Amino acid sequence: MSLTDDRECPGNDGDAPRKMTGAEAVLESLKREGVDVVFGLPGGVLLPLYDAIYHSEIRHILVRHEQGAAHMADGYARATGKVGVCIATSGPGATNLVTGIANAYMDSVPMVAITGQVNTFMIGKDAFQEADITGITLPITKHNYLLRSAKDISRVFREAFYIARSGRPGPVLIDLPRDVTVEEVEFTWPEVNLPGYHPSTKVHEMQIKKAAKALMEAERPVIYVGGGVRYALAHRELFELATKINAPVTTTLMGIGCFPEDHPLSLGMLGMHGTKYANYAVQESDLLMAVGARFDDRVTGKIATFASHAKIIHIDVDPAEVGKNVRVDIPVVGDAKNALVALIKEVQPKPKSAWNERVEAWKKDYPLKYVPDMNVIKPQFVIEKLCELAPDAVITTEVGQNQMWAAQFFVHMDPQRFISSGGLGTMGYGFPAAIGAKVARPECEVIDIAGDGSFLMNSQELATAVVNDIPVKVAILNNGCLGMVRQWQELFFEKRYSATILGRTSPDFVKLAEAYGAVGLRATRPSEVEPVIRTALATDRPTIMDFIVNPAEKVSPMVPAGATISEILELEWCEEAHTSHLEKIYADSRREILGSEEWA
Amino acid sequence: MKHTIAVIVENKPAVLTRIAGLFSRRSFNIESLSVGATDNPDYSRMTLTVQGDDVVLEQVIKQLSKLINVIRVSELEPGESVERELAVIKVSADRENRGEIMQIVNIFRAKIIDVSARSMIIEATGDESKIDAIVQLLRQFGIKEMARTGRVSMVRGTRVIKA
Repeated sequence: MSLTDDRECPGNDGDAPRKMTGAEAVLESLKREGVDVVFGLPGGVLLPLYDAIYHSEIRHILVRHEQGAAHMADGYARATGKVGVCIATSGPGATNLVTGIANAYMDSVPMVAITGQVNTFMIGKDAFQEADITGITLPITKHNYLLRSAKDISRVFREAFYIARSGRPGPVLIDLPRDVTVEEVEFTWPEVNLPGYHPSTKVHEMQIKKAAKALMEAERPVIYVGGGVRYALAHRELFELATKINAPVTTTLMGIGCFPEDHPLSLGMLGMHGTKYANYAVQESDLLMAVGARFDDRVTGKIATFASHAKIIHIDVDPAEVGKNVRVDIPVVGDAKNALVALIKEVQPKPKSAWNERVEAWKKDYPLKYVPDMNVIKPQFVIEKLCELAPDAVITTEVGQNQMWAAQFFVHMDPQRFISSGGLGTMGYGFPAAIGAKVARPECEVIDIAGDGSFLMNSQELATAVVNDIPVKVAILNNGCLGMVRQWQELFFEKRYSATILGRTSPDFVKLAEAYGAVGLRATRPSEVEPVIRTALATDRPTIMDFIVNPAEKVSPMVPAGATISEILELEWCEEAHTSHLEKIYADSRREILGSEEWA
Repeated sequence: MKHTIAVIVENKPAVLTRIAGLFSRRSFNIESLSVGATDNPDYSRMTLTVQGDDVVLEQVIKQLSKLINVIRVSELEPGESVERELAVIKVSADRENRGEIMQIVNIFRAKIIDVSARSMIIEATGDESKIDAIVQLLRQFGIKEMARTGRVSMVRGTRVIKA
C-alpha cells in the first residue's frame, strides 16, 4: 500500500536525480517536508551536516543544551500541528535528547529527532562519543532508524515524517552516521511504502450509530476530551456536537482549550486537581464519552470506581488505547474529527435537561477558589492577572503547582494556546517549549508559567532566546520550594520537608535575566503584579517576571492518590502561621547554605 | 492461560529487539519465542507463547500491531491449529542401557542423531506435552544437555497467515 499524507507532504518535483552528499540529501529531504526551522547543537560527527546547514535556507536555532532542542521542537509542534525537528550530535548529545523524546512520546507530539552517529565501521566498538541511541530510544519513539547508506536518506526521512504526523502522532528518531553524511548519492524522493503501518482514521459506521443512540438515550451524559481532539483539530466539531445535545464537556490537561471554558457546558479539567463539578459530573454520569483521551491514572483516580454508573464510549485513533485501562461498552477506533463529524449527523438536537441544571448548580456551589490577600502575592492571582491582561497568549507551563494553577485559573479558549507536559511531567519543559512556540507563532504573545524549581532546569536557554531574538515571557511563581512535592509532604508526611525547601537560595532571577541580556522584573506585593505584567507585555525582548508568592499555598481541590475522584478535597487555606513557619524554614536553610540571614 | 501468537515481521535489523523490548516494557509474560524465515525472504515469522487472560492477550496483539515492522499478528486457537516443537537431548548412554533408550526413542518416533561410547543425542519433535513426556522418561539415564526450539504453530485447513 502506498501512502502519502494529504496534509503537508509535497510530492516529487519531477526533476532528474541530482548528485549530492548525504548531508545535502538530509537538508533537501527536510525542505521537501516543508521544514522551515530546526533546533539543534552541533558536534564532531555532525560537522558535514552542519556544513550543509550553513549553506541551507532552513533556519537553524542554536540551543545551549540538547534537551532544550527537543522541547523547542515539541513546543513548535504543539503550537502549529506541524512536525518539530531537533538535531543533536552522537553520544552525550543524543542522550541529552532522551527526556525530550520521552516527553513527546507520552503526549503524542509529532517530532523528528536527528542524531549524529559515529562512522558505520566504528559502530559497536565503543568509539569516542558513541551511544546506541536507537536502542536507548526504542521504548520512547513511535519508530526509529539507523541509516547505513546515503541512498536510504530520502526514503527514511519521508517515512519518518509520515509516521510522526499520521495516526496517533509521536516522535521518530533518525540516527545518522558520519560517513553516511559524506557519501555521494543521487537524490530521489520515493513514495512512502510501509506494509506494516496502516493508521486507522476512518470510523466504523455501525459503531457511530451505536454511540449516537447511546448519546440520545442518556439522561446524564458527559463528554471527556483529551489531546486527541487537539491533534485532530476537532474542537469546532466538538463544540457543535456538545451544544447540539447539551452535553457537559470536561477536558484532560492535554485537552485544555478544546472547549471554551467560559461556556455554560464547560466543566473545566477533571481528575486529581480538576474541578469538583467535573469530577462529580463524571461520577454521576450514565454515559461517558471519551474522545482522544486515554483514562490516565491522574484522571481516573481509583479505576475500579471511576464512572461506575456510566456506559462508556471510547473514541481513539489508537486501537491499543481502547480497553487498555477501563472496560469500554462502545469502542470507536478512528480520527476524532471523523468520529465527531459522523456523530453530529447521527444525533438529534436535545434540549437542556434536569442534568444540565444539576451540573450548573454544582458549578455555582463548588467553584475553583482561593483566598485573596492584600499583603502577600497569591500565585492564583498572578494567573488571573495574566489571563486578564493577555487573554490570547499562548501559555506554556513547567510541571507542578505552577502547571495546575495555570490549568485552573487561566480561562482557556483555544487548543493550541495551552502547551504543557502531561504524561511525562517534565520539569524544565515550559521555557524551551515557549521558545519553540514563539518561533512557530511569532505574532502571538507566549508566556511560560513557571516555578522557581522548574525554571532552573533549562534556564540556560535564556541565551538561545536572547541571541535569536525570541521574545518569550516567563512568569516565575517563586515560592522558594519544590511546591507540589512540598504540598504532599505537608499533607501526607507530617510536614517533614525532605529536600523540597529551596529557601530563597535560588539565584536572583532578575539578575539572572540581566546576565543573559534579557529583561528581569520583580513583584513582591500584590499591587506590583499588574504593573510588572504590563511592563513585560510591552517589552519586545525575552523577559522574566519574578513573582515572590506565598510559599504555603496549595493546589486545591485535590483527589488523594488512590481515591475515587468524587472524594475530592478542598484543602484548607494556609493560615498566616503556616506561611511564617515556611518562611522560618527558608531562613534557616539560607543561613545553613550561606552563613548569613540576608536575602537581597 | 497460555496463548500462541503468530507474528509476521519485516526481515530488518533490530526487529527482534523491538518485539522483546515491547514485552519487557509492557510487562507481558513471554514464555517462548521462535523466529525463522518464511517463504518470502523479506519477511520472518515469529511464534510467541504468552501467559495471560483475554485482556492481556488483546493488549499484546494491539501493541504488537502498532510496531511499524510488524505486518500481521494472529492468535492461533489451540483446537484449530497444529503446533510443534523440536528438542535435541544429549543423554548418558552406555552398552547397558543403550537398548532401553532406543526403545523409548522408537515409541516417541524420535531419532538418534549422534552416538558415542558414553552418550547419545536424541532428536524429538511433537507438541509440548510430547516433548515433556520424552524428557521425563530420559531423565532416569541422566540428561547431560538439552536444547528446545520453542513452539511453532500453523492453522489447520486452508486459512493462511502471511504478509
